[in-house]
Amino acid sequence: MFAYILRRTLYAIPILIGVNLITFVLFFVVNTPDDMARMHLGMKRVTPEAITQWKVEHGYDKPLLINDAATGLDKLTDTVFFEKSVRLFVFDFGSSDDGRSIGEDIRQRMWPSLAIALPVFLVGLLVTITVALMIVFLHATYIDLLAVVTLVVLMSISGLFYIIGGQFLFGKVLHLVPVSGYDGGFNAIKFVILPVLIGVVSGIGSGGRWYRTIFLEEMGKDYVRTARAKGIGERIVLFRHVLKNAMIPILTGVVVVIPTLFMGSLIMESFFAVPGLGSYTIDAIHAQDFAVVRAMVFLGSMLYVLGLLLTDLSYTFVDPRVRLS
Amino acid sequence: MSDSLLSVEHLSTCFDGPRGRAMAVDGISFDIRKGETFALLGESGCGKSVTSLSLMRLVPEPAGRILSGRVLLGGQDLMLLPERAMRKIRGRRIAMIFQEPMTSLNPVLTIGDQIAEGVRIHLDLRGAAARRKVLELLDAVGIPDPEQRIDEYPHQLSGGMKQRVMIAIALSGEPELLIADEPTTALDVTIQAQVLALLRDLQARTGMAILLITHDLGVVAEMADRVGVMYAGQLVEIADREPFFAQPAHPYSRKLFESLPNIEKRDTALATIPGSVPSLTKAFSGCRFADRCAFAWTHCREVVPDWTDVGDGQRARCHLLELRFAARERAEPILPAGTHQSAALHRGRLLEVNDLKVHFPIQRGLFQRTVGHVYAVDGVDLKLDRGRTLALVGESGCGKTTIGKAILQLIRPTAGEVLFEGDDLTRLHGETLRRRRDAFQIIFQDPFSSMNPRMRVHEIIEEGMVALNIERDVQRRLERVRQLLSQVGLPEDAGDRYPHEFSGGQRQRICIARALAVSPRLLVCDEPTSALDISVQAQILNLLKDLQGDMGLSYLFITHNLSVVAYLADEVAVMYLGRIVERGTTREVLHEARHPYTRALLSAIPEIDGAGEEARAVIRLQGDLPSPSAPPVGCHFHTRCPEAMPRCKEAYPGVSRFSVSHEARCFLYEQGRDDDNEG
Repeated sequence: MFAYILRRTLYAIPILIGVNLITFVLFFVVNTPDDMARMHLGMKRVTPEAITQWKVEHGYDKPLLINDAATGLDKLTDTVFFEKSVRLFVFDFGSSDDGRSIGEDIRQRMWPSLAIALPVFLVGLLVTITVALMIVFLHATYIDLLAVVTLVVLMSISGLFYIIGGQFLFGKVLHLVPVSGYDGGFNAIKFVILPVLIGVVSGIGSGGRWYRTIFLEEMGKDYVRTARAKGIGERIVLFRHVLKNAMIPILTGVVVVIPTLFMGSLIMESFFAVPGLGSYTIDAIHAQDFAVVRAMVFLGSMLYVLGLLLTDLSYTFVDPRVRLS
Repeated sequence: MSDSLLSVEHLSTCFDGPRGRAMAVDGISFDIRKGETFALLGESGCGKSVTSLSLMRLVPEPAGRILSGRVLLGGQDLMLLPERAMRKIRGRRIAMIFQEPMTSLNPVLTIGDQIAEGVRIHLDLRGAAARRKVLELLDAVGIPDPEQRIDEYPHQLSGGMKQRVMIAIALSGEPELLIADEPTTALDVTIQAQVLALLRDLQARTGMAILLITHDLGVVAEMADRVGVMYAGQLVEIADREPFFAQPAHPYSRKLFESLPNIEKRDTALATIPGSVPSLTKAFSGCRFADRCAFAWTHCREVVPDWTDVGDGQRARCHLLELRFAARERAEPILPAGTHQSAALHRGRLLEVNDLKVHFPIQRGLFQRTVGHVYAVDGVDLKLDRGRTLALVGESGCGKTTIGKAILQLIRPTAGEVLFEGDDLTRLHGETLRRRRDAFQIIFQDPFSSMNPRMRVHEIIEEGMVALNIERDVQRRLERVRQLLSQVGLPEDAGDRYPHEFSGGQRQRICIARALAVSPRLLVCDEPTSALDISVQAQILNLLKDLQGDMGLSYLFITHNLSVVAYLADEVAVMYLGRIVERGTTREVLHEARHPYTRALLSAIPEIDGAGEEARAVIRLQGDLPSPSAPPVGCHFHTRCPEAMPRCKEAYPGVSRFSVSHEARCFLYEQGRDDDNEG
C-alpha cells in the first residue's frame, strides 16, 4: 500500500512539470513580458523605457530560459522560468503586480472559500444521495416519474438564476440574510447560509439523476436478486446491499473534487462578494495580474492531481476486491 | 396428490417491451412432490427461468408481470399473499440458487455476513449463535477451513466455492423446496460433478425437493426424478426420468436428443431443428412447434394440442400422440455427410508447435518489479495435418485459449516455435506477419461481443479482404460476401444488417464467414458453440464439418465439451495447468484414457445413456485448479489426483507411449508398469 502511494506520488511529478511548462509557455512565450508590460501601462504611456522599467520592477527583465550572461548554475537559475515557474514547486508564488505576497493572500483567502465549498460539498452529497435513494425506493411509480421531471427541471435552470433569485428572495424581499458580503468568526454564518443553500439546491438536479442511475443499475444486479430471494425486506436490500455497492462509483466520483474545494467557486464568490480564492482568481483575471492567475492555475492542477490520487486510494477503502488483491 | 409440495396451475407471466407483450410463460401447470427433483428442461428463452422467478414472485417489475395462475405451496396460494407474507416464504420455505455464482453474491460483504443474513431472518439467531450456524452451514456445503473462509469476500473464492456459498445461503432457512436455476452451467465439468453430488447429498439429508432448471440433458439424467420440457413459454412434455430417456414423446424432446453430438454420430450430420424459436409476442393458433416440426400437418397449425397420456406417467402436448400416430418409429432421415471423408485427399503437416511457452509476468511493488510469472502455457507440442481437426481440451484456466492466441501470434509466445507451412511464425514481425494472416483465422466463443456492433455484416466480412488486399474490386468483393453468406447458410440480404439483428447461432455463422473470407487454411475455433443452445450448436457443428469437407480446412478446436470433441475431432490433446497431459486419436483418448485427469474429466460428464443406472463411477476430483502462477511441484495434477504416489510430488513425469499416436505423461505408466492392466 505504501509502495503504491509512493509510486503514484512519483507519477505526479512529471505531470506537474508538464503543467508548469505548459503554463510557462502560455504565459511567457505566447504572451511575452513586453506584451504584459504594454497591457499594464496602458496604451498612452507606452515607451520603450517605461516597458523596460516595468519589467525590471516585476522581475521580467531576465532571459526566459537560459541566461547566457550569467555563469555556472546561474545560467539556469537566473531566468524568468526559474524565478517565476520553478519556484511554484516549493509554493513560492512570488508577489502580485501590486506587490502583495500571493502566498500570504492564498493563506488568508482559502478560509472563506472553504467555509462555503465544504458545507456545499458535504450537505450536497448527503441531500443528493437521500433524494436519489427515496426516488429509487419509489421506483416505477408516478412519484418516481414526477421526481425525475423535477430533477431535470432543476438541472436545466442556470446556476446564475439560483444565485440572483436567492439573493432577491431571501435577501431583498424576506430580509432573512444579507444579500452579499463576508465577515470573520461566527458572524460568517449569516453570510454563508445563502450561498451554501444555493450551492446545494443547484447541485441536486444533476447529482440526483446521476445517483439514481447508479442505484438503479445496482438494483438490477444478480446479488440483489439473491438478497430478495433470501426473504429480506426491500429497505434492507436498499441500505445494506445496494447502497454499499453504489457508494463505490459515487465516492470515487466525488473524491476527486475534495482537494479542489480549496479553490472555491469563481461565480458564487464573485456574486456574494466573498473574499475567497475564487473571487481572488476572477479579480486577478480582470486586473490582468498574471502572477496570481499563474499561481492559481498551478495550485488548481496540483490539487486536481492530488484528487486523482485520493480517488484511486479511496477505491481500496470501499472495494474489498481492490483492497485485497 | 397427497404428497404434492408445490402445485403450479395455469401460471402466466409476461414482459412488456417495445415490441409488445411477450408471454414468457404461458399457462403452465405442474406439480412438485415432496423430496423429489423436478427438472425443467429447455433452451434459452423458453421461459424456464421466468417460471422459477414467478414462483418466488421475483419477476423484475415493472417490465415483467405475473398475469394469472395459482402457485399452491401446501394448499396456500402464493400469488395471493401480501408482499410481507411472501418474504416469509422466500428463503424460508422456497430458496433459490442461480446460474452465475460470480455475480450472485454481493461483492462488498463477506460471505459470512451474507449467509448470516438468512440465519438471522429465518432462524432468529444472532451474534455468536448465528456465527456458529454459519460455520455449520459452510461445513455442510463442503467448504474447507470454514473458520477462515467465513470472513472472506466472494472474489477470494473460486467459482465452485461461490456456488457452495450460494447453496449455504439457500440452506440457511431449511427450505422445503430449492429452486436451482442452471446451478452448474457456469462451472467446469469436474466442479459441476462436485456441486451436483453436493445437491444430491443435501437432498438425501434434508428431504427437500429440488426444482432444477437446466438446458443440459446430462444434468437432467443425473439428477431428476421427473422432467418437464418447455418450449416457447409452455410445457410440452412431462415425464418420469426413465420413460423420458428411453423414449421422449414430443417431437421437440426427440430433436433435443438427436442434436446432441457424440462419437456414434461422427460420420453423419447432426439432426437440427430448422428455423428458430418463435417470437413470444405473437398470438399462436396451433402447436407452437409446428413450424419447425418434421411431422407437422395442417391440424397442428390450427388447433392447440392438449395433453395426451402415453403411459408410465409420461404426458405430452402433441396431436400425433392423440391419433396414436406411429411417430415414434419414424425418425427423420439423417443426411449422410457424404463429402466429409474427401478431406483426406490433401494431407501433410500444416502446423507444428514445439515447446511453446507463454508466461505472463506478475509485477509488484514500487518499480513494478517482476516478482513471478503466470505459467499459462508451459512447454506444449502440437501437430496438425491439413484437413484434420485437433481438439484441445481442458477446464477453464488451463491455458487452452492462450495457446490458440499464441499460435496466431495474437499473444507473442515467450519461447518455442510455431511452424506454419514450414515457417516459424514467432520469427515473423510487422508487415511480413500481417501478410500471412490470410492463412490462419480465429472464431471466438462469444459471438455477441466479437463483432463491432457499429459495422454492417458485409463490412465485417470484407474487412479482412480489404486489409490483406485479397479482392480490390468492390463489386467482386460484395459478390464474394454474398457467396460466403450463402455458404454459411445466411440469407443474402444479411450483409446490409447489423450484428444485433441476428440470433446467437446466426452471429456465429457471421463470425465463421468473416474468418473464411480470406480463405484460411487453419481455423482456430475457441469454444465456438459453448454460448449456444444444443440445437443451434448442432447447426454450427454441421456447418464446420461441411466446410472442412468442402475446403479441406484444418481446425484447432478449443473446447471443454468432450461430446463435441467426440463428434468432431480426429485427434485430442488434454491440457492441465499449461501442459498437455495426454494426447491421441479421439477414440484412444475417449475410450482408452490413461491419464487420471482425462479419466476424471470423462467420468464427470453426466451421461445420458446411463440414465437411471446409479452404478456409474464418478472419479471425483478434490478441490480446484491450482494457480498457474505457482503450479504444484512435480506432476501438476498430484494435488487432485486420486492415484497420486510419493514420486508424483518430486518430478514431472515423462512421456509414456501406448501407440503411434497415443501418449500420456503419468508415472503410472513409467518403468515397466505395463499399461495393459490399466483400464
